[in-house]
Amino acid sequence: MYPENFRYTKEHEWVNVEGDTGTIGITDHAQKELGDIVYVDLPKAGSMTEKGKTIGSVESVKAVSDIFSPVSGEVVAVNELLATAPEKLNEDPHGSAWLIKIKLSAPDEIKDLLTAAEYQVYVGAE
Amino acid sequence: MASSATALRTTPLHEVHRRMGAKMVDFGGWDMPVQYSGVLDEHHAVRRSAGLFDVSHMGEIEIRGPQALELTNYISTNDASKLAAGQAHYAGMLYTHGGFVDDILVHKVSQEHFFLCVNAANQDKDYEHIRAHNIFDATVKNASDQYAQLAIQGPRALQILQKLTKTELSGIRYYHFVDGEVSGVPARIARTGYTGEDGFEIYFAPREALRLWEEILNAGAEFGIKPCGLGARNTLRLEAKMALYGHEIHASTLPWEADLAWIVKMDKGPFVGRESLQAAQEKGRTRKLSGFEMTGRGIGRDGYEVLIENIPAGFVTSGGPSPTLNKNIGLCYLPVEAARPGQKIQVVVRGQAVDAVVVETPFYKRPK
Repeated sequence: MYPENFRYTKEHEWVNVEGDTGTIGITDHAQKELGDIVYVDLPKAGSMTEKGKTIGSVESVKAVSDIFSPVSGEVVAVNELLATAPEKLNEDPHGSAWLIKIKLSAPDEIKDLLTAAEYQVYVGAE
Repeated sequence: MASSATALRTTPLHEVHRRMGAKMVDFGGWDMPVQYSGVLDEHHAVRRSAGLFDVSHMGEIEIRGPQALELTNYISTNDASKLAAGQAHYAGMLYTHGGFVDDILVHKVSQEHFFLCVNAANQDKDYEHIRAHNIFDATVKNASDQYAQLAIQGPRALQILQKLTKTELSGIRYYHFVDGEVSGVPARIARTGYTGEDGFEIYFAPREALRLWEEILNAGAEFGIKPCGLGARNTLRLEAKMALYGHEIHASTLPWEADLAWIVKMDKGPFVGRESLQAAQEKGRTRKLSGFEMTGRGIGRDGYEVLIENIPAGFVTSGGPSPTLNKNIGLCYLPVEAARPGQKIQVVVRGQAVDAVVVETPFYKRPK
């Protein structure tokens, strides 16, 4: 269910680090909790973010949920697909419906995040 | 998720909701299903075919006795003397100061028996309010524990329910009801609803709730009936511009501000709140409930501030995506002079003023 090579936050984001870039998304647990996602608000490419800072929001029919950045760095790509097809977040949250890519300014931050196994336990117990 | 210290109230179908995998929420002190298959899926099922809602949390209050009509008319804004036996209408129940205690459905069973359907969270307050104003030869009973209530809504609702009853459903006109049987269970079958679709609300003994729930779902399977939660109930009623207590109407709302002048019969004789309404009427209406559509990117939601040319003008009372129209819609109170279709407004969405425009309501009207 939760890819082994990703790291996770307790706020239900994931990050997949390849080289010096981290791809950010929300977890399958998060999309299930939200229900039908109808709107995604994301930062612009080129903006800077810090770990724990709000980088946008995901809205379902009934609720708004903040997205917190799991890492610090510069936003280098934004998933344009989600502007026109936010429902993809319900269908493929760990794949094609990634949110943004960040060029990491502090790669060590990853170590503080949950592993797939730890996240699984965390959401199982929630 | 946080666990609540006080026990939530439950309906007779609570176990079924959990077993069927519904997502549950605390709704005004009740543990209720907010969604089954998903709000959008359920919403479309009701608009296109049929949906089944457990609304057993709603309250039922019975007024009986030689002066049942007089008491009913005294505590409600509509004119119950105009009702025929087997007919229902929507009404306000007001405080002496003219604001809403609740919005209710009044069913006339007979000249000496009126059956009120009231909001779940308000039922105790409503009961006390009616009792306090009972200066008539009539009795008031909070009968909420004696009724389960199911709403079967959508263009296929009649066909589905007809499979389970001998009562000729097409003979029940809108806002009328018949005491009959569904699957052998004595039931009050009312052609009413809170979705903007055709459909029925049925009232019956709680011990039969599980059986009727399952039989209606089975009867509707061939039409694709879906069990529905409060999430879809809310998007459906918003599209139909039906008021929700605590959102469009409050203890401080006057009926005509909420476009509900049609449920107030000032000339029917005295009723609680009438004198205050008369005084307020002379001053004129200052604000009016208005529908809007977002034209900019963003969703205006309950409680968000509304601006006109950057000046605060009001707040969103209910807002969100409209699955039928595929737009983001909402209701808000605006100064009367601004409450006209075409008026440009802005809704403050998380710190950003996003463009919206006042539109005609209801947002959705079912095809006849």
